[in-house]
Amino acid sequence: MDRPTRMVPRPTPDTQHYWDGARAGELRLQRCDACGHVYFPPRPFCPACAGREVSVFAASGRATLASYVINHRPAPGFDGPYAIALVDLEEGPRMMTNIVDCEQTPEALQLDMALEVTFLELTDEIHLPVFRPAGGGA
Amino acid sequence: MRPVSAAIVGSAETTELGKIPDMSGTQLHCDAALNALADAGLTPADVDGIACAGESPTTLALLLGITPDWVDGTQVGGCSFMLHVRHAAAAIAAGHCSTVLITHGQSGRSRVGMGGWGGAGAGLNVQFELPYGPVGPPTLFTLPVLRYMKTHGVTEEQLAMVAVVQREWAGMNPRAYVRDPITVDDVLDSPMVAWPFRKLMCCLVTDGGGALVLTAGERAGDFPHRPVYVLGTGESVETPLVSQMDDLTTSKAFRVSGRQAFAEAGITPADVDHLMIYDAFAHLPLYGLEDLGFCAPGEAAGFIWERNTAPGGRLPLNTNGGGLSYTHTGMYGMFAIQESVRQVRGQAPAQVDGVTISVAHGVGGMFSAAGTVVLGNQLP
Repeated sequence: MDRPTRMVPRPTPDTQHYWDGARAGELRLQRCDACGHVYFPPRPFCPACAGREVSVFAASGRATLASYVINHRPAPGFDGPYAIALVDLEEGPRMMTNIVDCEQTPEALQLDMALEVTFLELTDEIHLPVFRPAGGGA
Repeated sequence: MRPVSAAIVGSAETTELGKIPDMSGTQLHCDAALNALADAGLTPADVDGIACAGESPTTLALLLGITPDWVDGTQVGGCSFMLHVRHAAAAIAAGHCSTVLITHGQSGRSRVGMGGWGGAGAGLNVQFELPYGPVGPPTLFTLPVLRYMKTHGVTEEQLAMVAVVQREWAGMNPRAYVRDPITVDDVLDSPMVAWPFRKLMCCLVTDGGGALVLTAGERAGDFPHRPVYVLGTGESVETPLVSQMDDLTTSKAFRVSGRQAFAEAGITPADVDHLMIYDAFAHLPLYGLEDLGFCAPGEAAGFIWERNTAPGGRLPLNTNGGGLSYTHTGMYGMFAIQESVRQVRGQAPAQVDGVTISVAHGVGGMFSAAGTVVLGNQLP
């Protein structure tokens, strides 16, 4: 996974806390102060109750594999077939990611397998949250 | 039941379909528009409302010489035309206009006058999806499917069968892009695109277009063809990010759109003689059959496997061959409506006997949007 060619996210004011957290080794989510709803992707208000008082917190980083495909077509920054995955975070939200430290095969990638977050350093500024099998991988 | 506010009185595709290297997407809009107007016995001067997606209505107004009293540029992907039909019916009922032209044209294969796919927008997808390497719809639209398959025990063979059955329909249609029969093994042995999706589970990439002419229901008898009444319509959107679907095994936008359309038409799935479900990929008919209420959750794959949607089956589905075998320009929804109109008129190449009610259901983006149109040849 070559650093220069993968799409590098560009933070916006409403997502800066997320990318600051990733650089600090944390997966940061938001929780509504009024109703307690935890949500992703970032926004400065609660999608459940529209409350504007929300807090950023560090998620556990634990997740399970919700679904995926294994892409066989060429893509900038990726070598060989690789999985594009959806994971369910322990706190509730779902997000897209890659699964690292794991064979990229249907046999190795079992739905509902336990995962933990780790970070891929794309640039000095942007560390991308990705997931690996819980316990440090194979 | 609500009064019928509108009818489709003109309907046609582009003169050519498939590979059209000598026409831009814009000209495909115009070609389809002129064909649809001719089909209705009208000229652009008769049109006072225009709607299109993938091209600005301002371009159509200029090129076709139309001064519209009503304009709709709703662009939510390939089902935009279902929404245009809905909006046009409402506009005609409200008296905003009387004769609406809806157009689609896309040089999806030849890329004549079209920009590149996607683009480097600053949207949520740039931050939260694209860094993980999706390469367009084959790696995004397909992402929920493994969860669906595990939840319902659906096999790769059953997914392949969707493409097999639709190819049977395409074999009956001279305009279909691919017509040779295929087997489940052919599908499973075709090149891997994004496991579990093989090439033959993915839609075509073609050039083409289509257009519709709508007018008030009470005027519908004044045109050359048997009227196709708009009996009910629905629309909704869910999310621009496939990762944020409420539930990976069902589309909220499909359910909302379908429910509206069926309620407005005063019908249930049992009343439907013919069905079109936008099939960008082989799983879309499964989601559509379930979310529109034709099958219980998890039963659609078996329903197709048992040939209920095949030629001779009790619910003919995607009878032009679909996006998988007929044509897919990029925003296929227009072609689903075109086939519903042909079936309701009794003019389809693979005509189903006794079609009085047809449903055309479209998807936009990657489960991002939905539009549903219920068409019929009889006043309720």
